[in-house]
Amino acid sequence: MSTAPRTEGRTEAGETPLVEVVDLKKHFPIKAGVIFDREIGRVRAVDGVSFSIRRGETLGLVGESGCGKSTLSRTIMRLLDPTAGKILFEGREIQDLRGRELTALRREMQIIFQDPYASLNPRKRVSQIVGEPLALHKVARGAELRKRVDELLELVGLSAKDANRFPHEFSGGQRQRIGIARALALRPKLIIADEPVSALDVSIQAQIINLLEDLQDEFNLTYLFVAHDLGVVRHIADRIAVMYLGKIVELGPSEEVCSRPVHPYTETLLSAVPIPDPRANANRKRQVLEGDVPSPANPPEACRFHTRCPYATEICSEVEPQLEEHRPRQEAACHHPLNVGAGKRTEGETTFESGAR
Amino acid sequence: MSAAQPQHLLSVSGLTVTFQTDAGELRAVDGLSFDLRPGEILGIVGESGSGKSVANLSILGLTRGPDTTISGRADFDGRDLITLDEEELRELRGNRISMIFQDPLSSLHPFYTVGKQLIEAIQVHRDVRKEEAAERAAQLLEMVGIPDARRRLDEYPHEFSGGMRQRAMIAMALANEPDVLIADEPTTALDVTTQAQILGLIKELRDRLGMAVIMITHDLGVIAEVADRVLVMYAGRAVESAPLDALFYDPQHPYTWGLLGSITRMDRPRAAKLAQIKGQPPSPLALPTGCKFRPRCPHAFDRCAIEPPLEPRAGDPAHADRCWLSPDEKRAKRVVEGGEIGLEAA
Repeated sequence: MSTAPRTEGRTEAGETPLVEVVDLKKHFPIKAGVIFDREIGRVRAVDGVSFSIRRGETLGLVGESGCGKSTLSRTIMRLLDPTAGKILFEGREIQDLRGRELTALRREMQIIFQDPYASLNPRKRVSQIVGEPLALHKVARGAELRKRVDELLELVGLSAKDANRFPHEFSGGQRQRIGIARALALRPKLIIADEPVSALDVSIQAQIINLLEDLQDEFNLTYLFVAHDLGVVRHIADRIAVMYLGKIVELGPSEEVCSRPVHPYTETLLSAVPIPDPRANANRKRQVLEGDVPSPANPPEACRFHTRCPYATEICSEVEPQLEEHRPRQEAACHHPLNVGAGKRTEGETTFESGAR
Repeated sequence: MSAAQPQHLLSVSGLTVTFQTDAGELRAVDGLSFDLRPGEILGIVGESGSGKSVANLSILGLTRGPDTTISGRADFDGRDLITLDEEELRELRGNRISMIFQDPLSSLHPFYTVGKQLIEAIQVHRDVRKEEAAERAAQLLEMVGIPDARRRLDEYPHEFSGGMRQRAMIAMALANEPDVLIADEPTTALDVTTQAQILGLIKELRDRLGMAVIMITHDLGVIAEVADRVLVMYAGRAVESAPLDALFYDPQHPYTWGLLGSITRMDRPRAAKLAQIKGQPPSPLALPTGCKFRPRCPHAFDRCAIEPPLEPRAGDPAHADRCWLSPDEKRAKRVVEGGEIGLEAA
């Protein structure tokens, strides 16, 4: 994958993006052996990924289970050590930070997890859970800490009265609010939201998405929003990155990626999303993928999608396509890009007829 | 509702399921009635705790226990499933009525090969030799689209991918050509591309084998894709029951409007703000009086202090709802913006 300087995350003024990732790799060794561990293979969970996120922007990261999206987000947060590549936060390389510097960095980026039942310590009161980051980083203590916790709870739509309760006394949506309050405690610049609504009921999902959007406006937060649900991602994200087997195959503005996908994989993902409109469903052209995602320990040669791609030709199994701009600000790694050329309607165009019934 | 009319394969009436818990009496399902016709796909949609799973588990006798009280009827083939004894039920389950669940990995035994489990499912209900059952097992795996079926019979569940496991579960459920397949969130744990495959498979098998399907889900997109008729559940009861198109294009209950409004839609221009239903679903231990949706409903008025019955109000006898608003009021109050129906303007 190209490591050339990328510009799409920068404003016209050339402002430094909040986050920049350059040719990032995270491989997990597969080991065997009784006495000596021998490395017999590698799971290439993230295998050469480059992108950047502007301040105040929401980048959506989508892909199927096992595509590496969670590994990527944890590597950016330095919860996992990268195998290769660079991570820049506010222009500073952070991939090798250790000790005190790393601790200081943790104040700047926080994560919201998928499962609000598993991510909150059941034996701690809400005040302890939300106040922990403040205490840990010695930002506040005593009455000041208590005041900050109450403010945070009100901010996410809970009340100061909830501070003394335990997580089990709350519903899933309320627990996710507690997780958001905790993530906001240190006023981070970047929030990584890893499937923050997929465990919630639909009516509650809407509440949490609206809350995340309001908080972004209020605090100029930057989000990396990881999810498998394209509808949710399209709603919240400014740009979308689509991952397949450890690589980004398409990256572009949300509306463009969803209405005129360039990569065939994006097209198949879109056409698999069920839409709540029976008549439109009946008329929809479906592109159903056969088979399963290949193992990331043994990904296909060249273009990793060629084994399942309906448009694949010989070149796809021989030459790896690079991420290139095919339409303004919309990049894809494909030898047979869809929806390119002026006003040309190709096979990919009919995925969604916007607003039509 | 009367007992099973001949055109109904399964007829549930007044089903009520109550659990005794330490915190008090929990009524998970309250007076639920619905019919299932041969060959149709009935979608049951609702959020966690709405009673959609408990209702179906109870029909199969899977919630029975010392702390459970089940009343009402579930007529199937001239018999009331609620009063059948355990032996008679076992004879029906997995044979005439089958069920598949959300998580295929926890529904398959990790120590036995997929083939052994399939063969067992066949031999429990049929007096056939092992070779014959093995042959049938291979055919079943082929039917659900597992390539190289004969070899894969000897594999263990962990060697199957998520989609393959769900296919294997479906194969097992269909082993004895049931009249009814109850699918409880069968695609919720799967990726969208796999979900599309599994939903396609269920529809195809319905067409080929003529079985009826009860599809339990929280996802209105899934409903739109597969169902013929829909039951919307809230707080243990059905709040709306409608043919597929009517539910999506002429929804009558404010809760249904809220559900439709709160989903992100790929087929519409991006909404500035998602419509949301305020508050939380009520605790089944402390249900509100009157209409159960009243505390969250922006259109509630005095009359809602009394719970409305489920009856046809929109002019179509097949379309029933539990809301006191008149059809005209409903049409005026539900927000239709850019083709989207929501509860109230954002």
